[in-house]
Amino acid sequence: MSRYILKRLGLTVITLVIVSFVVFGASQLLPGDVGRTILGPYASQQQVDELDHTLGTDKPLPVRYWNWASDFVRGDWGVSPVQNVEVRPLVLHRLRNSLILGAFAMVLIVPFSIFMGVMAALNYGKTLDRVISITGLSFIALPEFVVGVILIVIFAVQLGWFPTSSQVPGSDPVDWFRQLLLPAIPMMFVLFGYIARMARAGTVDALQANYTRTAILKGLPRRYVVWRHVVRNAMLPTITVVSVQVGYLVGGLVVVETLFAYPGIGQLTLESANGHDLQTLEACVLMIAIIYCVANFIADLAYGILNPRVRVA
Amino acid sequence: MSVAPVQTGAVEIDGLTVSYRRRSALLRVLTDVSFTIKPGEAYGLVGESGCGKTTVAMSLMRYLPSNAVVESGSITFGGDDLLAANDRTLRSWRGNRMAMVYQDPGTALNPTIRVGAQIAEVYRFHRGMDKREATEAAAHMVSTVQISDAARVLRRYPHELSGGQQQRVMFAMALATDPDLLVLDEPTTGLDATVEAEVLDLVENLRDQFNTSILFVSHNLGIVARMCERVGVLYAGRLIEQGSASEVFRDPRHPYTLALLRCVPRLGMRKDTDRLDPIPGSLPPLGADMPGCVFADRCPIARDRCVQSPPELFPVADGHTARCFFHEEVPDIPPMATAAQEDAAPVADEVLLQVSELVKTYKFSGTEVVAVGGVDVEIKRGEVFGLVGESGSGKTSFAKCIVGLIDVTSGRLSFEGMDVSKLAGKRPGEARRRLQMVFQNPDNALNPTHSVRSILRRSLQLLAGVHGRDTQDEQMAELARSVRLEQRHLDVRPAALSGGLKQRVAIARSFAGNPAMVLCDEPTSALDVSVQAAILNLLVDLQRRQGVSYVFISHDLAVVRYVADSIGVMYLGKLVDVGAAEQVFASPHHPYTEALLSAIPTFDVEESRPRIKLSGVLPSASDVPTGCPFHTRCPRVLGEICRTEAPPWQEDGARHRYRCHIPPAELTELQKTAPPERAEDVVA
Repeated sequence: MSRYILKRLGLTVITLVIVSFVVFGASQLLPGDVGRTILGPYASQQQVDELDHTLGTDKPLPVRYWNWASDFVRGDWGVSPVQNVEVRPLVLHRLRNSLILGAFAMVLIVPFSIFMGVMAALNYGKTLDRVISITGLSFIALPEFVVGVILIVIFAVQLGWFPTSSQVPGSDPVDWFRQLLLPAIPMMFVLFGYIARMARAGTVDALQANYTRTAILKGLPRRYVVWRHVVRNAMLPTITVVSVQVGYLVGGLVVVETLFAYPGIGQLTLESANGHDLQTLEACVLMIAIIYCVANFIADLAYGILNPRVRVA
Repeated sequence: MSVAPVQTGAVEIDGLTVSYRRRSALLRVLTDVSFTIKPGEAYGLVGESGCGKTTVAMSLMRYLPSNAVVESGSITFGGDDLLAANDRTLRSWRGNRMAMVYQDPGTALNPTIRVGAQIAEVYRFHRGMDKREATEAAAHMVSTVQISDAARVLRRYPHELSGGQQQRVMFAMALATDPDLLVLDEPTTGLDATVEAEVLDLVENLRDQFNTSILFVSHNLGIVARMCERVGVLYAGRLIEQGSASEVFRDPRHPYTLALLRCVPRLGMRKDTDRLDPIPGSLPPLGADMPGCVFADRCPIARDRCVQSPPELFPVADGHTARCFFHEEVPDIPPMATAAQEDAAPVADEVLLQVSELVKTYKFSGTEVVAVGGVDVEIKRGEVFGLVGESGSGKTSFAKCIVGLIDVTSGRLSFEGMDVSKLAGKRPGEARRRLQMVFQNPDNALNPTHSVRSILRRSLQLLAGVHGRDTQDEQMAELARSVRLEQRHLDVRPAALSGGLKQRVAIARSFAGNPAMVLCDEPTSALDVSVQAAILNLLVDLQRRQGVSYVFISHDLAVVRYVADSIGVMYLGKLVDVGAAEQVFASPHHPYTEALLSAIPTFDVEESRPRIKLSGVLPSASDVPTGCPFHTRCPRVLGEICRTEAPPWQEDGARHRYRCHIPPAELTELQKTAPPERAEDVVA
């Protein structure tokens, strides 16, 4: 198992290095000059060049990458030249907010989706299966902003049960639901569709497997067969899907956070891209990539724990 | 149903009729099947695939697919009505009073649960033990099925065990509660010959310890003859013959049973002297409505009466019944195949394929696995070279190196004077055309989206360079005729053909370019015995007519003996025994060959030989033992020398040599008696 973990960890680090190349490279390709953006169109070219020099943006690409990457690892993420604030506390604070929202959605929807997926498989071809499958499919097809707008109109504007723009909740659990439920629902819709469908497919396969027949012919109670023999094997493909959905969640956050004016990293990413705030943008994207990789790493670990066969790999 | 059945048997099946619902139609799979299994008796059920064997077995476990309908009949199990039992009752019976072991133990065990916990479950739910007690009981049971080091095995996951061990675990699980009935559905199919023999030994052994009734379902007549007291023969869902195993196999009274026995090559049969007797025609389709005898259209002695009315089971002798009006004539049915042969094309003295020092290794995450570890062999023009050995011995890797599907790690291959040590794509076109391969499973060797006609046309274009529709059509007709495919078979896709017909297409394809050598990798092991006989006859005919050479790989020694002129025995990537077929099969031979031969189950009761048990498991190809690779399991091991020194080739006459430290004269003397049994704990 320890070899498996090391191998996965190594792969995660390599992925992050490659992502950092891409992030840095892409942000360098964005049109516009940093000095010019800061100083405005009326500054002289000399002033712009001088600022570029102080900021180091006139050095060759590999040098700039190395400076940027080593600074980043050391925790010096620089100062946003546009907003003129330290990048690190800003990004980390926003990331924390987003994680709160994302985790809220995941905690509510993942167990529920898996349960519904398993129930659908156990009732394969019956009404319950059809209802769950079709609901899941239609939810996937609904874009977050459509669901979000409808929710805002009904529950925030008309009924007034929820605020129209969500804040980071305090410690009061009621406040958690008040602030987060509405923005979480559009994401939960999409997640439900994917995870439930995968859990259903995995369970259907596991139910038909020979080992399930063995378990039944051993005379084990049906409930035990399902939860001990079937579900564990059925979860293997589902885990992969859940971890991939973390990636979706980040993208979905951009839309939802903007819609609900929630101060998360998605909103910050969008703002810094619009404002040509490269320093912040790079940090945001890299943090999102790290979260994504960590989620995948955790999924690999869970996979390894559930599936003894991959541990040797 | 009778109110209080007299309890005469552990299991009584009476008039069982089962259908499968497909769309709105009911397709009959079992018709009026009745038999009894007495307490402690082993009852064998034989027949080819599609005859309904598994449906009978699953009916006994009350585990039929959801579209199955029991139309009539009853199953009484220890006096209880099995078909009337509710879910709760069934649950308390399954795994307790009745248990099952089936094919492919690798998938029958839950891959994510340790085997100890899987066995312990039976005790927890049927004996109310807590986890600790159940684990102890499981450990005891595991040692009962002759797994040494039980404590270690219990903590393993299924994939960490060998096939033989997995099947032992299945038996441990099935016998945990000392059930009254054990249903075995092809329990050794797919296992190696030596592992199969090991599992069968285990079953015999367990029968002495447990007084369990057994339903033994198998397509292998030899195994059933060995394991069972009584046997029933199923054909198209009907029990067509029943009686004591020895009598049914010695004196079959149904034409189908007779035909089934005749189409299996027995040890000692040779292609030059005996022709195999396939069963003409094919199994009637599922749900076919046949007013008369179901076998009538394939039967050599069928008359009008057979087509008009169904025969009942006629008593032949005490306890022996046959569903045939003319059962008295059955012993006089002459063999259908003509014994006389065209003269065999003699094996030329010219070397066709020369393999020198062939090595093939694979790398898996740092560890090197030696699939083929230095093989030298010469195959002459027109020679059939049989290659045998357990799975993992490197047979298939060897064949794939020769046809160039995988690249050779080192060594030299020369074929008709051409160097063919490269991948097929880099070989001269002539070498590709003249060196062909037929695979085990015709299902995935043929492109499912093409018609047979376009598959063969493409082969003719690529291999024979035949262009132009007319010439192609002409040659295709010729090709189809040579493998006995009919015109109507050419216009369908492979999926519409039976396994045997598909294999004919695969053979036709390989023969399209007039090959000099065809590698046949288990070409008949996915087929039923009657179809196997036809395919073997075809291969023999083609070989005679065209003077082609075969490398014929099979795990079935009787089949190899039948077709091969010379034989090579592989063990862990090395040839250990090679020579003329009759000499390899006769003493003196390599101790491994000796063990393989003794593992063959046979239905000739008189012919039974003492079984040589190989101790331990096949070592991993990534860690081949030093000295003689076989020394860890060899029943004739000498001592230190076998562990340290690679054995020399011993010449046993001009046409046979084997790799062992024991010289021929001494080995002949030794092999007159069975070797002593080796203790399990021999240091590897």
